[in-house]
Amino acid sequence: MTINTSRRGFLKGAAAAGAVLLVGARPDGALAAASSETAQFNPFVKIDADGTVTAIVKHFEKGQGPATGLPTLIAEEIGLTMDQIEYEFAPSNPQVYNNLLFGPFQGTGGSTAMANSWMQYRQAGAAAREMLINAAAQIWGVDASGITIEEGIVKAGDNSAPIAEFVAAASQLEAPAEPRLKDPSEFRLIGNETVRRKDSAIKGNGQAMYAMDVHLPNQMVAMIKRPESKGGIANSFDDSASKEVKGYISAAVLPNQAGVAVYAENTWAAIQARDALEVDWDMSGSETRDSDQIKAEIMAALDAEATYNVNKADVAAVSAAIDGADTVVEKTFYFPLLAHAPMEPLNCTIEQTAEGDIVLHDGAQMPTGPHMAYQQIFQLPTEKIHIKTMLAGGSFGRRATPDADYQVEAALAFVVTDRSRPVKLVWTREDDIRSGYYRPAFGHRVRVGLDADGKIVGWQHQVAGQSVIKGTPFEAVAVHDGVDHSSVEGIADSPYDIPGMALGLTDTPKATTVLWWRSVGHTHTGYVMETMMDTVAEAAGRDPVEFRLSHLSDTNNADQQRKAEVLKLAVEKAGWGNAPAGRAQGIAVHKSFGSYAAQVVEVSGDPENGIKIEKVTCAVDCGIAVNPDVVRAQMEGGIGYGIGHVMRDQITLTQGAVDQYNFPDYEPLRIGDVAEIDVHIVPSAEAPTGVGEPGTPPSAPALANAIQALSGVKVTTLPMVENGVSFV
Amino acid sequence: MALTLKLNGETHTVDAEPGTPLLWVIRDELKLTGTKFGCGVASCGACTVHLNGEPVRSCQTYIEDVEDAEITTIEEVGDDKIGAAIQQAWIELDVVQCGYCQSGQVMSAVGLLSENPKPSVEEIDDYMHGNACRCATYQRIRAGIQRASEILEA
Repeated sequence: MTINTSRRGFLKGAAAAGAVLLVGARPDGALAAASSETAQFNPFVKIDADGTVTAIVKHFEKGQGPATGLPTLIAEEIGLTMDQIEYEFAPSNPQVYNNLLFGPFQGTGGSTAMANSWMQYRQAGAAAREMLINAAAQIWGVDASGITIEEGIVKAGDNSAPIAEFVAAASQLEAPAEPRLKDPSEFRLIGNETVRRKDSAIKGNGQAMYAMDVHLPNQMVAMIKRPESKGGIANSFDDSASKEVKGYISAAVLPNQAGVAVYAENTWAAIQARDALEVDWDMSGSETRDSDQIKAEIMAALDAEATYNVNKADVAAVSAAIDGADTVVEKTFYFPLLAHAPMEPLNCTIEQTAEGDIVLHDGAQMPTGPHMAYQQIFQLPTEKIHIKTMLAGGSFGRRATPDADYQVEAALAFVVTDRSRPVKLVWTREDDIRSGYYRPAFGHRVRVGLDADGKIVGWQHQVAGQSVIKGTPFEAVAVHDGVDHSSVEGIADSPYDIPGMALGLTDTPKATTVLWWRSVGHTHTGYVMETMMDTVAEAAGRDPVEFRLSHLSDTNNADQQRKAEVLKLAVEKAGWGNAPAGRAQGIAVHKSFGSYAAQVVEVSGDPENGIKIEKVTCAVDCGIAVNPDVVRAQMEGGIGYGIGHVMRDQITLTQGAVDQYNFPDYEPLRIGDVAEIDVHIVPSAEAPTGVGEPGTPPSAPALANAIQALSGVKVTTLPMVENGVSFV
Repeated sequence: MALTLKLNGETHTVDAEPGTPLLWVIRDELKLTGTKFGCGVASCGACTVHLNGEPVRSCQTYIEDVEDAEITTIEEVGDDKIGAAIQQAWIELDVVQCGYCQSGQVMSAVGLLSENPKPSVEEIDDYMHGNACRCATYQRIRAGIQRASEILEA
């Protein structure tokens, strides 16, 4: 490494009050360091003169753990305790804080936060460590190789001092190009069961600040009156009744006529004034179909030849093999629209500074989206737009709209004012359920042929539904040869060795605004693959576990082996085949977002009088578990999210309008719905993969398989309550 | 109209119309943002506060009905030993994920332990039924209540 030995430079830095050491990356990706916050790059780690270390977290925190996980990587490499590191959320800057798996785009999604940050944050921490050690070597006049940093204390022989002593000197050094990373055998924090979340205390005592908690001086609260169904246009409004509401300020048709913004002094006044507002709508271009009609269109698409032959199969040959098979099983599935319903209703606050800059306060999942949209709307250069990322009260995909829907809505509500007052856009729960973006409805039809020995000779699989990604900026990376991979992920890339697979996809016409929903395509593909595996195993007269393992038997295929290992671990921990009297078990295993999860669901009761979900046993292989307890928590949450929705939730439309309003008719999973979840992590030396989503896909099919084992009822149309399966 | 509220041991005079939910007075007038807006129809429990020690949904509690009551919010509930035990247990077990519902979960959990110091799993599930958590942290909420019960017993 190069050491800046200029005495003048050293003294200048050392003398500067409040010297800081910043370690980050230059736009070309190389590690860089600087001594002040005016540096030409944004850091990943900042060390103040008093030794306070701050991790600059480029991923937002919606509960999935990056505010703990990313600081852990830096603390590990520097040699700190978790109490010696703070965190703050990164500003919007897609050059520095981009998701390395998304290209020049800052954002969180696809369970990539840890996967893409793993090396980057470790390297930043390791560079800071090396610079502190080299500074200590200079000051103490000892060889750097004999210096250690542990628990924030720099030591060499009899010399010992906290890192604060070396911040000024270290800030004058250049960042090492390739700092030495710790060997996993040296890890003290990564994989440590005792490392706690850094956001627990503030979330248990009311101090945590979400975007909903922003109260800027003189702010107005805006709510949008939207049409009953998508595509309606606001012509004009009558606010004479709104004027009776104390605190009502004004209303304005949004520039795109998608709704009318109602401004008030506070939230309650905005709610009342909006209720009182009368709008003249032009509904001529709006959606008018019922969800039954949309379902019929999807089912009709399954009857026709698929638009896309996803795996370039010889469809005629596969079909003929199935026709000639000894046993044929066929099932058709339907998955309804689903809302995300994060606990914190959508909101954000926008203000203009005295200098004309625009500041957005937001639980920002993909800051680059609103940032780019705001450049257009406000006609401002990138550096005049600032996004302050707040804690987010859940997302499940909802905050990651490619069109930055609610942030754009806030901007439109702001530009029609004189911009003298900040505008806080607030959605109610009804707005969230009725005017949102949804997991698209999907249909599947699967026909499988078995020979006399119970071996699969053909698996013809048709998928139909509305593409999530076509028409968005992500199309270029996620759509190939017309196939939106997110519609068929989990089938097209399944590790199972299935002979004679033919996978077809048909995009159905737009039904409503659709969006990725926790685990995206895997929400339906995982269900179909894993309930079909049970159905086919049953037809073959084989045990569901043994049958799956027989399709994961290639010992040279790491993908198959990892999937087989989680399956075996779940089976072992659940006591597969040894359910207590009156209970039945179901299993499912699925790979998504680079991770493998297997689950055994144990149920009792009966479909008519109520199924009781007694226990879910989960095994997960997500590579190195940076924080095992966060991994377990994400599995617990992913299971609850998956099971909760298949039990009883759906969004339906009548003449284009959403039938559901709020939690009473879009009932969340409740505390008594799942009695116990037991999570086991496969030890691994592989780089970390995702945990936010992979817990979700196996949960619903494992439940369905358990219900089938208990009662013989096969649920192929969701939600389950619509099919005569009730729960207690 | 001017109304007097006794909240977290202090008396506040607020200007609010009858029919205003206590939630919005707490959040928008008093700027105590720990109490959350989740559904507005008493279906999720994120807005739970204590009225004379009893958990209520502040989104369906009207300001004119609480003038004589002692109101406690999440910001102060930790001053009480049951609240402190719940909050300690929540940290020990890392109950939270996104955390948005957790103020309400803590307020309900304190209500439960106040009337039932050692609840069974069934009693916990029954009492906490109305507090929704979209992250599904329920298993840890259950364990957190049991742990707080132990802390209080010690």
